[in-house]
Amino acid sequence: MALLELTGVSKGFGPPNKRTEVLHDINLSIEEGEFVAIVGYSGAGKTTLISLIAGLIRPDSGKATLKGLEITEPGPDRGVVFQNYSLLPWLTVFENIYLAVDQMFPNWAAQKKRAHTDRYIDMVNLTPAREKRPGELSGGMRQRVSVARALSTEPQILLLDEPLSALDALTRATLQDEIVRIWEQDKRTVVMITNDVDEGILMADRIIPLSAGPKATLGQSIPVPLARPRNRKELNHQPEFKELRRTVITYLLGEGRKQRTAVTRKLVLPDLVPEDLTFGRPVFSFGRRPVRRSELKREIVEIQP
Amino acid sequence: MNWIRRLKIDDIVLPLLGIAACVLIWYGIAGKSTTKQITDDWGDVVSVTKRTGISADLPSPGETWEASRPYIVQPFAKRGELDQGILSFTWLSLKLVAQGYFLALLIGTPIGFFLGLSKTFTRIFDPVIQILRPVSPLAWLPLGMVLFLSAKVSIPGTTLIYTASELAAIFTIAICSMWPTVMNTAVGVRAIPQDYLNVAKVLKLSRSKTLWKVLVPATLPYMFTGFRLSLGIAWLVIVAAEMLTGRPGIGGFLWQQYNALSYAHIILCIITIGVIGYALDRLMSVIEQRFKTI
Repeated sequence: MALLELTGVSKGFGPPNKRTEVLHDINLSIEEGEFVAIVGYSGAGKTTLISLIAGLIRPDSGKATLKGLEITEPGPDRGVVFQNYSLLPWLTVFENIYLAVDQMFPNWAAQKKRAHTDRYIDMVNLTPAREKRPGELSGGMRQRVSVARALSTEPQILLLDEPLSALDALTRATLQDEIVRIWEQDKRTVVMITNDVDEGILMADRIIPLSAGPKATLGQSIPVPLARPRNRKELNHQPEFKELRRTVITYLLGEGRKQRTAVTRKLVLPDLVPEDLTFGRPVFSFGRRPVRRSELKREIVEIQP
Repeated sequence: MNWIRRLKIDDIVLPLLGIAACVLIWYGIAGKSTTKQITDDWGDVVSVTKRTGISADLPSPGETWEASRPYIVQPFAKRGELDQGILSFTWLSLKLVAQGYFLALLIGTPIGFFLGLSKTFTRIFDPVIQILRPVSPLAWLPLGMVLFLSAKVSIPGTTLIYTASELAAIFTIAICSMWPTVMNTAVGVRAIPQDYLNVAKVLKLSRSKTLWKVLVPATLPYMFTGFRLSLGIAWLVIVAAEMLTGRPGIGGFLWQQYNALSYAHIILCIITIGVIGYALDRLMSVIEQRFKTI
């Protein structure tokens, strides 16, 4: 049986009459020890999907199960690395991780908890920054703390929500290697959400594309048969890599884009006509100013695939 | 010219310039007394003092200093219950303010947390708070007097005894200075980023741990802003409270001297209250900086 299973999951937001369904009929099955990357457009509902698995929100319909048990709330069996690090700025690196360790293993002796925390700080190479606060760290270092915090609770499944999207290209490459190294060391199940196809292919065993929202849904899963360890330099020249990349991009641009999206947007024309101040402004206007002609224009833009 | 720059001339000279300007205006408005020797209707030579000026009875800066000197030179003198050195009075007032202020923090902070955390709580109590908030200390004090009319609280194990008027004053200070703490704490709790709350949820922190490790540190900057505003109000209220209860203290002294027609001491009191208020505000902002968590 799969470790994590989502069957027919949908989730919408907004009031009942104007409800937009963000995720529609999501089916996902992840085996133990797998590294799965979910690749999709920004705004497609990737974070919603991770929040569903993490248990921060409940699905409207369908079921999400972990080891056959329905996910109803966040739990220690799932470690989450948020997109924006989510470290507590008033605690040091050590204290941030210790907070998680202390919570998960309350019965351990303090000495053991400390040693455990230090081990994970060392794992992400942050021992020199042990006593620093997040504000004194670079983006890459903060994200490593966040990864260490998630790993330190020894979860069965690690959920990474665009963990590297806020980082510069060089730091990103280093951290990609580091996450893969840690994964190979511990052999945990990892679900990573990303908007970078190359990143997905480089790191994951399997790529699942997510179509554009609203009503985003998962596409056919694409296995990545490339041998590990993968070398990013050589990878670019391998025909399999190119083929995989083409498949994913084709889905994302083709089938995944099949829904036509219409956007109403306000056109702000240059104000060439001077505003007529003698007209249209009542004495008790309560802060309402006369509407300019340019502000009345709207247009509907259809996005074609 | 280096030494001038080291003196930070702007920081010292410019504020002094402002003070000098105010004193000058004061001098212009204040009355001046002139003493003349005249022969009255009976043929006796008498000296007559006449005050002239825009506000004839307002003492000039010089006169104020002359009259205030015994209170400033011997700041801790105690010549009688209502005739003490200026710092002695200040100390009495500060003690009372401190009690009311800490009571306000003790009550206000939890209320602020509840308001920030629970929408239902906000719906129930927000109207009450909004109605009570603008009520002046002058209005609260009589109610306090009624509340504690026959109360006399003695703290066991000490010689401390709170009389009705003291309790009323503390009550007034507390209830008037509570609101900025309540409001700022509530705003601070509502402004906690969802990220931090998600961390607490994902780690499954217990309620008390969430409170002490996440909610309180995240709200601390807002809370201290509230504390600072509250302290300002608590100090503001003391004058009203002491005036009406007739307790010895800086406000009581002011009122007594007004009744005794010694106007110079009123000015002395006003300046003292202002300086102490400013010092308290500075002190709080230093503490605020130290507790900056974000």
